[in-house]
Amino acid sequence: MSWRTICTIYGKELRDSLRDRRTLLSTIIIPTVVMPALVLGLGKAVSVIISKAREEIPRVMVIGGADSPGVRRDLEKSGKFKVEPASSDWRSLISEKKVRAAAEIPDGFEKALESGSAPAVTLYLYEGELKSGLAVDQLRNFFIGMRDRTTARLLAARGLPTTVARPFEVRIANVAPPEKIGGNLLGGIVPYIIILLCFMGAMNPAIDLTAGEKERGTMETLLCCPAARTDIVLGKFCMVLTGALVAVACSLVSMGASLAVVGAAFAGNPAGQAGHPGSAPTIDPAGILGVLAMVIPVAVLFSAILFAVSLFAKSFKEAQSYAGPMVFVIIIPAIVGMLPGIDLNLRLALVPILNISLVCKEMLSGVWHWGYILAIFGSTALYAAVALALAVKMFGREGVIFRT
Amino acid sequence: MIEARLLTKVFHDKKRGQIRAVDAVSFRAEPGRIYGLLGANGAGKTTTLRLLATLLKPTSGTAIVAGHEVVGEADKVRANVGFLATSTALYARLTSREMIAYFGRLNGLDEHSLRSRIGSLAEELDMHEFLDRRCDKLSTGMKQKTSIARMLVHDPQVMIFDEPTVGLDVMTTRSIVQFVRECRGRGKTVIYSTHVMSEAEKLCDVIGIIHEGKLRAEGTLAELLARTGGPDLEECFVKVVSPEAQG
Repeated sequence: MSWRTICTIYGKELRDSLRDRRTLLSTIIIPTVVMPALVLGLGKAVSVIISKAREEIPRVMVIGGADSPGVRRDLEKSGKFKVEPASSDWRSLISEKKVRAAAEIPDGFEKALESGSAPAVTLYLYEGELKSGLAVDQLRNFFIGMRDRTTARLLAARGLPTTVARPFEVRIANVAPPEKIGGNLLGGIVPYIIILLCFMGAMNPAIDLTAGEKERGTMETLLCCPAARTDIVLGKFCMVLTGALVAVACSLVSMGASLAVVGAAFAGNPAGQAGHPGSAPTIDPAGILGVLAMVIPVAVLFSAILFAVSLFAKSFKEAQSYAGPMVFVIIIPAIVGMLPGIDLNLRLALVPILNISLVCKEMLSGVWHWGYILAIFGSTALYAAVALALAVKMFGREGVIFRT
Repeated sequence: MIEARLLTKVFHDKKRGQIRAVDAVSFRAEPGRIYGLLGANGAGKTTTLRLLATLLKPTSGTAIVAGHEVVGEADKVRANVGFLATSTALYARLTSREMIAYFGRLNGLDEHSLRSRIGSLAEELDMHEFLDRRCDKLSTGMKQKTSIARMLVHDPQVMIFDEPTVGLDVMTTRSIVQFVRECRGRGKTVIYSTHVMSEAEKLCDVIGIIHEGKLRAEGTLAELLARTGGPDLEECFVKVVSPEAQG
């Protein structure tokens, strides 16, 4: 093995890749843009959609309750609803979004209130539809308010204080520091995105430096030189690995910058102070460094697998058709890692990608299981070494290099 | 010098079974002479040359190239060989200078020697005008000059040309042919494969006719014509590869 040759090949591949728009797009531009787009763009878009939905005065319908005119009157007087005339096809009107929600008032509702019995009001919504959900929330608040006022009136009539019905309050207070909250919020999605971007960052260089070279005829030119095959593989592999790591670094830096921007935007808002519900999520910097360290063997694994797979292909397109579906193989364990209730154990610590997804989630939320971390780093490094050895072996096979 | 000894290459194909692309080929190419390997498409020329350049390993037999054995000393063989074929392309995103320098470094040249070598090659091949232009912006002739400079950068003893004029215009073809002659003049061992009879007639000192992986005939142009009684190389070639001649 000659380090001089490996460095020469790596230097050339780096220069070549920096002049390749496709590689720049997949390793630098997309990873840099995805995180801000996700954190700022998507966050902003969701916030605009929700606030617009909240601003809308929902159209609701009162079903039944003809003998309880006070309910309809109070609903209209509240100014928070547009009460539509009752209709027998109210279910389809909700489905067609012409009415957001409906409240079914039982017969003799108001009389029942006075007598102290407890009739039930049923609220109807279209589950999963944002505006319908908001309308039902408002209706529920309206009826809870009505219930509280009725309770207070009935208790006052009997000369009792309202604390009889509500002897104590329940409050919830947070003790988790903001970075832990941020880690829990982002811990699921961040490893998933980083794993995906790491794979995408390695994909284009791997294809370009193997199948691309075979297709363009430069592979044969290179093989004519006295460089050992192993040196050629290592030089090229280092470039593929660089692509993967640059993609990860760009995504982490842009994620940090996005969170800083969001944090600054929240800083002036008292409700957005750290620890408050709805405050900007922050992440422990040690967690980010931990993720970066754990991603290194994954990047080696992805680079070696993509290198070997692309090497087998005759053309860039063929390599893309092999590497493309592999994204799903990567995504599935990464998604499983995001699911709540899946906890890291020794068996899962040996499952590639899933193990990284789980341990990164823990590290970002400030939990450091050193035994698992070592097992995951070691097993992933071992898988990566096997994949790299396979890539070197494949490069020495005439049937692969001169496949026609 | 190149000496092929019963060089054989067998490929395994799922549909066609075993294919003997090169079948016990033996020949000798001397320094200062051009050995022409003449054959139709699929005759086994490229496989033979790839075996000599150590891109492929022989199934059996061997070859000695510049004093080194192609299987056991493949790296040393490659260090002494310049290989030019239609399939040996240039890196489109590198400049002509970067391309030559890259292969110079891979052949072990230090930076000082490399600079002076690039300078002398640029002078010799009249490349100064486009030396710093990206290869994908070069004309076909400029690309061929860059490929030749790439092939020459380490000053190899043995030059292997695999149909280097395929698809080139007349002027570029002439310059390649002229360059091959110059290699002979410098005492290099040159092996030149082609299926163009006129090229072989004009250029080669010794011609080996290869057909279906076997070397069917070998000799100077005059010897081949005398042996087959043909008026020119084309007739001679047809007679050598015809089923009757093989039978």
